[in-house]
Amino acid sequence: MAPVVKIDQIHKIYDSGDVPVHAVRGVSLEIQQKEFVALMGASGSGKSTLMNMLGCLDRPTRGSYLLDGVDVSLLDKNELADIRNQKLGFVFQGFNLLARTTALENVELPCLYGKTRMSSKKMRERAMYCLDIVGLSNRADHMPNQLSGGQQQRVAIARALVNEPQLLLADEPTGNLDSRTSIEVMGVFQKLNEQGITIVMVTHELDVARYCKRYLILRDGIVVRDEPTQDRSIAEIELAKLKEAETAAKLLAAGSAAA
Amino acid sequence: MSPRLLRLALPAATGAVMIAAWYGLHFWLDAEMRFLLPTPGQILAAFRDNGSDLARAALNTTEGALLGFGFAASVSFLLAVGLSLSAPVRASLYPYLMILQMTPVIIIAPILVLWVGAGLKSVTVITFLICFFPLVVNTTQGLVSTDRNLVELFAMWRASRWQQLRHLRVPAALPYFFTGLRIAATLAPIGALVGDYTAGSSAGDGGGLGFLAIIYSSQAKYPALFATAATTCVLGFIFTSGVLALSWFALHHWHDSYERSDQ
Repeated sequence: MAPVVKIDQIHKIYDSGDVPVHAVRGVSLEIQQKEFVALMGASGSGKSTLMNMLGCLDRPTRGSYLLDGVDVSLLDKNELADIRNQKLGFVFQGFNLLARTTALENVELPCLYGKTRMSSKKMRERAMYCLDIVGLSNRADHMPNQLSGGQQQRVAIARALVNEPQLLLADEPTGNLDSRTSIEVMGVFQKLNEQGITIVMVTHELDVARYCKRYLILRDGIVVRDEPTQDRSIAEIELAKLKEAETAAKLLAAGSAAA
Repeated sequence: MSPRLLRLALPAATGAVMIAAWYGLHFWLDAEMRFLLPTPGQILAAFRDNGSDLARAALNTTEGALLGFGFAASVSFLLAVGLSLSAPVRASLYPYLMILQMTPVIIIAPILVLWVGAGLKSVTVITFLICFFPLVVNTTQGLVSTDRNLVELFAMWRASRWQQLRHLRVPAALPYFFTGLRIAATLAPIGALVGDYTAGSSAGDGGGLGFLAIIYSSQAKYPALFATAATTCVLGFIFTSGVLALSWFALHHWHDSYERSDQ
């Protein structure tokens, strides 16, 4: 099977300031279907630039990028936008949900635009199905301000899934969440990945990266490390451990109160 | 005492203290000067004696205020959408909007009387002019303050300019629009009153509260003048409550400014 992502010696040079900034300096990378990749690195390492290029939000200065077999470095702006809508789903650190809009309608949003529009009935079914995947079908008519941070991010994940993308790109998806909610969200990603969805995630937290199957570390615009994750964390197990620890702490507190 | 009862009791107590002070001040004045500050009782009596005049005038003022307010709300909304679409348009029109706002109504009024004649039309235009500015400024501000991340998201989805306006910018600007509407609601009755005072007409019982104020002051009917002021206040309260209700209706189920009780 062809890789979802195949980039060959891509470079990105920004010319905006006095000195051109060489943000990505020759990265080659293949990501196969069903992979779950963490993209790590300090700020300024080029990971966001690389992510933008993977997301077709920015074009490489040099080098080639095949997304699902299509050479996107040859496409113009409109064609890029179409590819984005068809093949990619995005999840952001800040959720980016519309306030005045229910969870279900937020999930439907990407279907409203772009070239092909489905019927509103099909759209609703599709959105409902995606909410169900992230475990929020019972919250479909809630407004974002009635949902917790973790639930909001799950709605955003459902929204990223609605166009049946080949690749899910997540930019610091747990950056605004506490550690427990982060594990829950990582659990959603792991479940999606088991169902066959390819995921690339930018993160600077090692704890979060351990839930992925493979991790890349960027430094100064090049990949300095590319390995499978050793003793990978599984969200379900981590959550069970957390619960156990909480119960133990409660028992301890109750015990000391009684004594 | 429950917080709810306290919320009612506190303003009531303040009111009682103020009325007591009012009577105190009235009787502290020399007897021949007491006409300057009629007592609440005298004002109530003025309400009774001039009730039908006040009611008719209040209705006339309400008509002008509502018309001017309604026109201001709709025109300003459309103009704000136009202004929000491009910075050059904003830059080229803003100074003239300022000029419109700075020009004193007192000077515009006689010109308006020449142009459209004294009466409801002039009162409506003056109310419009007074309400217009805060509405345009607030709504435009709202339309251009949309969360950048969401704007980029819509661009990423390739939403058209119209879709972006309809699904993102206008809904996000609603709280700003309602802030403008609230300010305009307090200004509308005052605007209509000033309009009536400067460009009103009593022909065919068309006079409003401003007109009544002229008559009462010329007749030195001070309690009735106070009653006219109170009527204007009531009108302002009604306008403001109307807008607050509208704003609650439009915003409460999604905007953070309304706390939800069902969480």
